[in-house]
Amino acid sequence: MRLDLEIIQQWVQPGHRVLDLGCGDGTLLDFLQRERGATGFGLEINPDHITTCMGRGVAVIEQNLDTQGLGNFEDQTFDIVLMTQALQAVRRPDMVLDEMLRVGREGIVTFPNFAHWRLRWGLTFKGRMPESDALPYKWYNTPNIRLCTFKDFEALCRQKNIRIKSRRVVDGQHQNSWLARLWPNMLGEIAIYRITRETP
Amino acid sequence: MPDSLPTDSVGIVTPQTLHFDAPITLACGQTLESYDLVIETYGELNADASNAVLICHALSGNHHAAGYHTMDERKPGWWDSCIGPGKPIDTNRFFVVSLNNLGGCHGSTGPSSINPATAQPYGPEFPVITVSDWVQSQALLADRLGIACWAAVVGGSLGGMQALQWSLDYPDRLRHAVVIASTPRLTAQNIAFNEVARQAITSDREFHDGRYQDFEALPRRGLMLARMVGHITYLSDASMGEKFGRELRDQAYKFGYDAEFQVESYLRYQGERFSEVFDANTYLLMTRALDYFDPAYEFGGDLSKALAAARCEYLVLSFSTDWRFTPARSEEMVNAMIAARKRVSYAEIDAPWGHDAFLIPTPRYTDIFTAYMDRVAREVGA
Repeated sequence: MRLDLEIIQQWVQPGHRVLDLGCGDGTLLDFLQRERGATGFGLEINPDHITTCMGRGVAVIEQNLDTQGLGNFEDQTFDIVLMTQALQAVRRPDMVLDEMLRVGREGIVTFPNFAHWRLRWGLTFKGRMPESDALPYKWYNTPNIRLCTFKDFEALCRQKNIRIKSRRVVDGQHQNSWLARLWPNMLGEIAIYRITRETP
Repeated sequence: MPDSLPTDSVGIVTPQTLHFDAPITLACGQTLESYDLVIETYGELNADASNAVLICHALSGNHHAAGYHTMDERKPGWWDSCIGPGKPIDTNRFFVVSLNNLGGCHGSTGPSSINPATAQPYGPEFPVITVSDWVQSQALLADRLGIACWAAVVGGSLGGMQALQWSLDYPDRLRHAVVIASTPRLTAQNIAFNEVARQAITSDREFHDGRYQDFEALPRRGLMLARMVGHITYLSDASMGEKFGRELRDQAYKFGYDAEFQVESYLRYQGERFSEVFDANTYLLMTRALDYFDPAYEFGGDLSKALAAARCEYLVLSFSTDWRFTPARSEEMVNAMIAARKRVSYAEIDAPWGHDAFLIPTPRYTDIFTAYMDRVAREVGA
């Protein structure tokens, strides 16, 4: 299994209600339902992904976070709100974080690190917009419009009084790497944050 | 006469009439001492009776949902695009039951049937039927067929309302409710259109206060007008534009009031044809059932409270250009299901045909419907 999914599933308890924002083809929710006994919804806008979700028994709702938000979900009705590799693609990540922690007790967010050394290298020495395994698009067709670094994200959490319960850093293939642990903001490609507004 | 039917058709089907002797008490307080329901079935019921799917029809629908009655029937059943071997509701896997609802005019007991108490047609004496009444009669039908729990109850428009009502009235008797192009309640605008249709019928001189059968008359004109106004609400501005535009039947204006535009002659034709095959009292009854449907009413308007008892999983589908029951109405339903912590999946399908889109196969609609029903089939071992 992909390391990020492996890490996430450890934080999900049996019976947890989970909301997955940008759930894709439902791989993660399907896994959490079958292996962890969780229940919940995915939100998605890609038609093919929605069809795949429905075929595999993942409850999915066609809903666009940018235009519709999460207003149809009541406060604190989920144990965990997930957002894997989608925070950088929404128009207002700061507001999405607020909404995540309004409807859920805890959020799990993964996103690519724009300060990874390969991206820095590309911009500094090639003078081109960076591309990598985690960011495989061209500047003109990328869905990733709100790129940030681990440090940026953590600064935003501090500003919003969001507590980071834990952070795991992996490489572009979602593998563990001692280098990434050593110097995350330079050597880590993808981070998995577990966040909450609850006090410990 | 064609020599063969399409391979993905259920083929030649024969309706059956089931007679029910036990009285049924209706929401209006009246009782029907006995009644008939006419049904069609497609596919085979499996050993543990777990693969049954109920099809609920819309305003002018009936039991003939798929296949052909004879080799030379011009068109197959009304939902043939979705029911058949390899189609979304796959008859190789499901046992599909489709009925004509109580109050209908295609063989089930309705206003044009003979009232055993008087030996005369019921006519306007036939009780007003509600969606809940239909669901009750469908549950009695399920008992008769030996079906304790439907794999799914499926319907579009008024049929979707029945699927929703099933989940509230008999929560243990269905696994899935598929609610397509529907709404949890009519808007004032919806009711207004129904009222125009009813006025068209009741103001026809041939209506005779609903006793037209006694006068050997038919309120054709009223029924035609009712259908014309209804038909407009089933299409979208764009699809009408696409189909007819401002096209004239002849080259030039005639400076008169006959049907000069293609759209006029189309509507007249649809209305006339409908008025020959549909019963006016049934039309009144069906539109009233639509008006009254509002499961949230008893719960202070809170649909999520009405849904509290439901146990099934829902699939809700809407169509982008449906202005009769807009996607917003479906989303209202979905949000209530979310608030009630029910399992629900929802998609808004991009289709240009307005409300009628639920009858027309488009790739995304077919894909989603197929994927969902395939999963239902796997769940029940079909």
